[in-house]
Amino acid sequence: MPMTITEKILADHAGKDMVKPGELINVRVDLALGNDITAPVAIREFERIGVATVWDRDRVALVPDHFVPNKDIKSAEQAKMLKEFARKHQLTNYFEVGRMGIEHCLLPEQGLVGPGDLVIGADSHTCTYGGLGAFSTGVGSTDLAAAMALGETWLKVPESIKFIYKGDLKPWVSGKDLILHTIGDIGVDGALYQAMEFTGPVIEALDMDGRLTMCNMAVEAGAKNGIIAPDEITRRYVEGRAKREYVFYNSDSDAAYAAVYEYDVSQIEPQIAFPHLPSNTRPVSQSTGVSLDQVVIGSCTNGRMEDLRVAAGLLKGRKVSDQVRLIVIPGTQEIYLQAMREGLIEIFINAGGAFSTPTCGPCLGGHMGILAPGEKCLATTNRNFVGRMGHPESEVYLASPAVAAASAVLGRIAHPEEVA
Amino acid sequence: MKKLEGKAWKFGADIDTDAIIPARYLNTSDPAELAKHCMEDADPAFPAKVQPGDIIVADKNFGCGSSREHAPIAIKAAGVSCVVAATFARIFYRNAFNIGLLIFESPEAAAGIAEGDRVAVDVESGVITNLTKGEEYRATAVPPFMQQIIAAGGLINYVAERVKK
Repeated sequence: MPMTITEKILADHAGKDMVKPGELINVRVDLALGNDITAPVAIREFERIGVATVWDRDRVALVPDHFVPNKDIKSAEQAKMLKEFARKHQLTNYFEVGRMGIEHCLLPEQGLVGPGDLVIGADSHTCTYGGLGAFSTGVGSTDLAAAMALGETWLKVPESIKFIYKGDLKPWVSGKDLILHTIGDIGVDGALYQAMEFTGPVIEALDMDGRLTMCNMAVEAGAKNGIIAPDEITRRYVEGRAKREYVFYNSDSDAAYAAVYEYDVSQIEPQIAFPHLPSNTRPVSQSTGVSLDQVVIGSCTNGRMEDLRVAAGLLKGRKVSDQVRLIVIPGTQEIYLQAMREGLIEIFINAGGAFSTPTCGPCLGGHMGILAPGEKCLATTNRNFVGRMGHPESEVYLASPAVAAASAVLGRIAHPEEVA
Repeated sequence: MKKLEGKAWKFGADIDTDAIIPARYLNTSDPAELAKHCMEDADPAFPAKVQPGDIIVADKNFGCGSSREHAPIAIKAAGVSCVVAATFARIFYRNAFNIGLLIFESPEAAAGIAEGDRVAVDVESGVITNLTKGEEYRATAVPPFMQQIIAAGGLINYVAERVKK
């Protein structure tokens, strides 16, 4: 029977020849991930299970990234739990401040996740690794605890939805714009419990950073996972990085889909998601009346090298508006170093922006850029819920790094072509 | 047979986990602390007015957003006996079962119940009764495997039993 890429990965990890949507299966996990918010709860639950140690000390990754460098004493206590657990169980993949990154930027970069993997993480944006052709999904702390003990988890096989992107991208339109447009089309529960499979010539030409961005936001449509078939671009990315063997899976041409959506991308402008849902999207040309107090470039969605290059390209030789704070946060230490080598950090600082050590920080209203009542922020992050980046009366607008850079210069939401 | 009964607190569609428990309180996972801020960004008065046994009734996609288990923990610790919604976001759905917060999916109940209605829920049959309006609704059946998790008292107890064997 024909299967989708998602079904094939799940079947192999369940030790079965085939699986069908709706089926409940027990699967082998290649990597289990937690962060400084979710792992403390997982560690406490893990200790109730009654096993001496984790199932595989090389396959449990703990990445303190949300409130680090520790923002207060309570956060420090949470991060300390991860450090002590990692020492006690001799985990090889614990990442301390100075060697860390935002988890979903870090794990692909370090080759800890790869094509064909099955990854669960106690963080909703774990679905990012679909960009590599992996099945990955977010779970809660208790699911993580069980997986840390057993190396397995249970899953319901999702139906798949196929998204086909055709046509020529307009200038300044990125993977972020494609995923925002798609979520705007299908809604924040448009893919509830389902797999979003991104296909078509536009995706085949999209670089890895753009693919990771698209799969990262699959959860904002309610999806279990986002996924892109691995190809030469994938191979080039994982060669020299992958710490384990990897497998390229592909959907059968006659696989069954719950729905198929086709987009002519030549009709898509850079997108803005207005408060307070990622699906509340408008083209940038209809959004330029919104004045801003803060712009954030970074996060697991858009804190990668290509994101910083695009933003720096627009900010070079320009100044951030007097009205605006610009905060730029690289996804990992390696991205930080590369940005330094390429002179990007100097561009951000000369433009009047702040450049930070890697952290999730402002994206979830943790620290490093909290909003006051009435303040408006345009961010390259993934959520714009009420109170997401600070006070419940503040507002978050989601967009691409190019739109963010242009908007920082003009002090209002702007199309990149207005400053380029 | 276990029956829950309480006053309904009504919420709309797409109630996200940041509304259920804002990230500014996630520097702790102490249930009592989290309960003090339960639903705060959807209704700031909620933590003060909710009574033990009360029921949250919401429209579609309840619990969308983050994977934070702190969200069902906060609701449970606030004394809410169960959540009835038209649909649930998938991570919240798993988390609720795993930690033992009872949830019931019922578009009819979500549409029929108004704020302040007295609601009774028969946990085993999934029959939801609106005592104020005299109406009855049915919840979507829970898969047998998830019933086992509930019967074991949550995922950790279920896994601990398995490990012993």
